[in-house]
Amino acid sequence: MSSFLRASYTIAAKDLRSEMRTKEAFNASFSFSLVILVLFSFAFDPSSEELRTISGGLLWLVFSFAGALVLNRSFARELQNDCLDALVSSPAPTSAIFFGKTLANFLLLMIVEIAALAVFAVLYDTHFSKQFWPVVLVMLLGTWGMTVIGTMFSALTVNLRMREMMLPTLVYPLLIPALMAAMTLTSDLMSGTPLGKDNLIWLRVLAGFDFIYTVLAVVFIDIVLVG
Amino acid sequence: MTQTRDRILFVLAAVCAVLLCVDFYKIFLILPDEANQGAIYRIVYVHVPSIFTGFTGFFVALAASGAYLVTGKLKYDAFAAAVTEVSLAFATIVLATGMIWGRIIWGIWWAWDARLTTMLVCWLIYAGYLMLRRAIDEPTQRARLSAVVSIFGCVDILIVWKSIEWWRTQHPAPVLSVRDGGGMGPGMEAPIYWNWLAFMCLAAILVMVRTRQEQRSREIDSLRRMAHSY
Repeated sequence: MSSFLRASYTIAAKDLRSEMRTKEAFNASFSFSLVILVLFSFAFDPSSEELRTISGGLLWLVFSFAGALVLNRSFARELQNDCLDALVSSPAPTSAIFFGKTLANFLLLMIVEIAALAVFAVLYDTHFSKQFWPVVLVMLLGTWGMTVIGTMFSALTVNLRMREMMLPTLVYPLLIPALMAAMTLTSDLMSGTPLGKDNLIWLRVLAGFDFIYTVLAVVFIDIVLVG
Repeated sequence: MTQTRDRILFVLAAVCAVLLCVDFYKIFLILPDEANQGAIYRIVYVHVPSIFTGFTGFFVALAASGAYLVTGKLKYDAFAAAVTEVSLAFATIVLATGMIWGRIIWGIWWAWDARLTTMLVCWLIYAGYLMLRRAIDEPTQRARLSAVVSIFGCVDILIVWKSIEWWRTQHPAPVLSVRDGGGMGPGMEAPIYWNWLAFMCLAAILVMVRTRQEQRSREIDSLRRMAHSY
């Protein structure tokens, strides 16, 4: 177990270090989310009350678009110089490679999301300070679901022609339960409804989704990467 | 082998044709209009059997994908692909007939109701599966990856199904007597099951033809590759 975790940590640290040095994925996905956030202001009246009720949906759309940019690169960046083959033939188990990459993507995506959330709060005058920790919890769970599925499919589509197109077409429909739950919860929290009887079920959906797909991905990653 | 397969195909086709003729005769000429909905209720005889057939197919595809991953035999992959394709056709029929019915009874083509949304998500996932197959040339890689996608997709549909139920439902409650009570008049329910049987025969015929095509096209591909390598 400890060797699994050590291998995962090494992979995650490697990915994060190379991201720290180039800041490629962060720059791309953060500036992309900025553009979408600005575009939203033309789609509806940004000062209206109704914004509160749809804010969760908007935020998660931004997050999932930004996520696709980060996740697309996750395995594709290993293609140069056959790094992927080297990784797969290294003594680290494929599930550890997957887990490490998921961890790195998760952290990176969380940073992008927090930055985007701050910009969203400033531009659209939303107040969620009372519900801050529940919002963070929903973000953690939703982002984990997104990264697990995204990293898995990033590995799955890495050798495909039309990789950039296949990843979103496969990932978004699968993410629907998680996104639906996260959107509902975030909208509730943003409009002042605390976590409680009515929306606790969504938290369970989100946690269940995360658990099921984490297990499935760890089980199947070997088939995807090695065969 | 091919001869028995052809014979099975013809028998199935004959059974299917007879069943459909008898059923549609009953549905259109014998059964009366429904009290509230009028003639349009008859669409249920296509709608419900299609969804039964479609979902049966998706679960068979799940089993076939699992069988491929366990055994590594490409015939299971061809079978899974064929079943998914045929089931997707039935899913399309479900969506189309549902929309026609909704336009007349609800006044709108589409309502974002639980079952409708689930069906649409299901359709999108399996459409993605078929697109993925198109994007991979190498047979074993295609089989492996699409089997994984099929399993992920099937699990997802179960989650969507459950979670959307808590969301909102305006779809008519199940009217079949196997699920508590049953709201259909006497004699109105049986044609649904007979049609299901007929549709299953039709699906089996299509799957058999498609599986054979799939296997042949893989053989041709590998022959072509062999020819190129010389």
